[in-house]
Amino acid sequence: MSHDGPPNDAHDRGPAYWEHFPHGADIGIRGFGPTLAAAFEQAALAMTAAVTDPAPIRLEHAVEIEAEAAKLDLLFLDWINALVFEMADRQMVFGAFTVTIDGRRLQAKAFGEHVSRARHAPAVEVKGATFTELAVVEDRPGLWRAQCVIDV
Amino acid sequence: MDLSRFEKLSDTAWRIAPFGAMRAPGVIYATEALIAAMDDKVFDQVANVAMLPGIVRASYAMPDAHWGYGFPIGGVAAFDPDAGGVVSAGGVGFDVSCGVRTHLTGLKRDQIVAVQQELADALYAHVPVGVGSKGKIELNPQDMTAMLAGGAEWAVQNGWGRAEDLERIEEHGRADGADPAAVSDQAKKRQRREMGTLGSGNHYLEVQEIAEVFDEAIAAAYGLVRGECVVTIHCGSRGLGHQIGTEFLREMAVSSERYGIDLPDRELACAPINSELGQRYLGAMRAAINCALANREIIGHLTRQVFARFFRHGELPLMFDVSHNTCKLEGHDADGKLRKLFVHRKGATRAFGPGDPSLPEALRPFGQPVLIGGSMGAGSYVMAGIATSESQAFSSACHGAGRQMSRHAASRTWSGRQVVDALRAQGIIVKSPSMRGIAEEAPGAYKDVRAVVDSAEAAGLAKKVAYLRPLICIKG
Repeated sequence: MSHDGPPNDAHDRGPAYWEHFPHGADIGIRGFGPTLAAAFEQAALAMTAAVTDPAPIRLEHAVEIEAEAAKLDLLFLDWINALVFEMADRQMVFGAFTVTIDGRRLQAKAFGEHVSRARHAPAVEVKGATFTELAVVEDRPGLWRAQCVIDV
Repeated sequence: MDLSRFEKLSDTAWRIAPFGAMRAPGVIYATEALIAAMDDKVFDQVANVAMLPGIVRASYAMPDAHWGYGFPIGGVAAFDPDAGGVVSAGGVGFDVSCGVRTHLTGLKRDQIVAVQQELADALYAHVPVGVGSKGKIELNPQDMTAMLAGGAEWAVQNGWGRAEDLERIEEHGRADGADPAAVSDQAKKRQRREMGTLGSGNHYLEVQEIAEVFDEAIAAAYGLVRGECVVTIHCGSRGLGHQIGTEFLREMAVSSERYGIDLPDRELACAPINSELGQRYLGAMRAAINCALANREIIGHLTRQVFARFFRHGELPLMFDVSHNTCKLEGHDADGKLRKLFVHRKGATRAFGPGDPSLPEALRPFGQPVLIGGSMGAGSYVMAGIATSESQAFSSACHGAGRQMSRHAASRTWSGRQVVDALRAQGIIVKSPSMRGIAEEAPGAYKDVRAVVDSAEAAGLAKKVAYLRPLICIKG
């Protein structure tokens, strides 16, 4: 399914998926997964999809990311902001993520390539993750949700 | 929004009486139609801001207000440091000192139209735009520190601008009190290749025709002549400001308890002005203001280089440069006394009235230019600060049209190609690396900018001077 799908429609990837939700001038990102880590991975894909279609991104380079926070929602905020920083600093787009979470500590790899104006035609630049609609919750056993609004 | 929740002060002023933890009332300046169309979140956010310690007079929202983070976009609030007042990273936003500048060209519409496509192509090629674009300047750590302390003055000293520009920029192009040491290494790293870049989203560089003049005397003083063209640039402090916003928003959100501040919403993240964190944020935020001022000065310089290739007189004098995401220390009348207050304007433009000593001499009798960015098709406005603006909202006015449709909805409603073709049919050339970006910025995604500026004028916030219609739009 393309990134231009309707709001709130699920981007089905089996038990883990992502979606966008509307917010005035900006964009809400939301990831679902059977584990907390999977929900974080899917939310990261949702962020990429705000910029460009994640599917054609070549997974040429891996960037390691670590974060630690006192609360799960802050850990999610730090995860997304770490990705925003790496995207800006390395001028990359990421198309796949592997996340492991141990307590309140996150270790991850983001896979992607240098951004290409011709191939990725990035629609927006993500400025940062916000506290708006920030939530990390287990909606029911085996379904985690991680979300926030990103400023673009 | 439900109008019955307000006390109507006039056709364009609506009061929220203090309730709950509110320390002051809220006031939204807008017509009934604009208020009715606003999200309920604007009401909540105006009320929440009024709960912050040390707020003076009222929590205000401009006619283009919409749902923001903590503060509404279009929010104005002033805090007294001697009354426990706070400074809020959320009240400034991620794009610190995002703002607008307008250069005069002295060129007639026909002169631009004769080279419209070539000029659009050249501007698009010469001014770095969009995600992944690199600036032509790379800063080493010493240059970075000098830039963060020096702002547009630094840019001019390095040959990217003209000395005479500085008096046409707020604070003469350099915010006092900037503390480069308060800016993190990550923020500096993010900025090292981004000087002189436009960014993306709603940022733009436009060549515009002065299509209407509403006040001949003020327009003449500003150098605006109907039928002539100007260049308007809208952008901010790029990655550095975004990183500062991100870091301080988080730090303030988790430390408010330490300062005994009960936040109704974590996005209102703030710290007492007279605290270590508050002072550190002010130092970093002012450095980001300088980054934005330098950035716009460099883009102005790049624009001049392009114009010089096409026209013999490519001087492009700067008419004015004004930011709309800031917190500034200003003297204001509060309860009959002049007090030094920290005025937050989040998506709101400073609008000093005639006689303000900070204005350049040539503009002082006429009030400060207030530059209002519209959408690609609807055009923009130049307004002027007026005397009543001080008592209405600490000398503040609107900053743009404000979105009425989410990016997602816009990109589902229009294709980028449709938007480009429709604008071309109106004589407007749009250049952007992203068709989806263009669709998300479609004119129909924005409120009617005319209704916003009419509302601001009727509310006594600013006065209409001229209407600018785009001929070329470079979008990030």
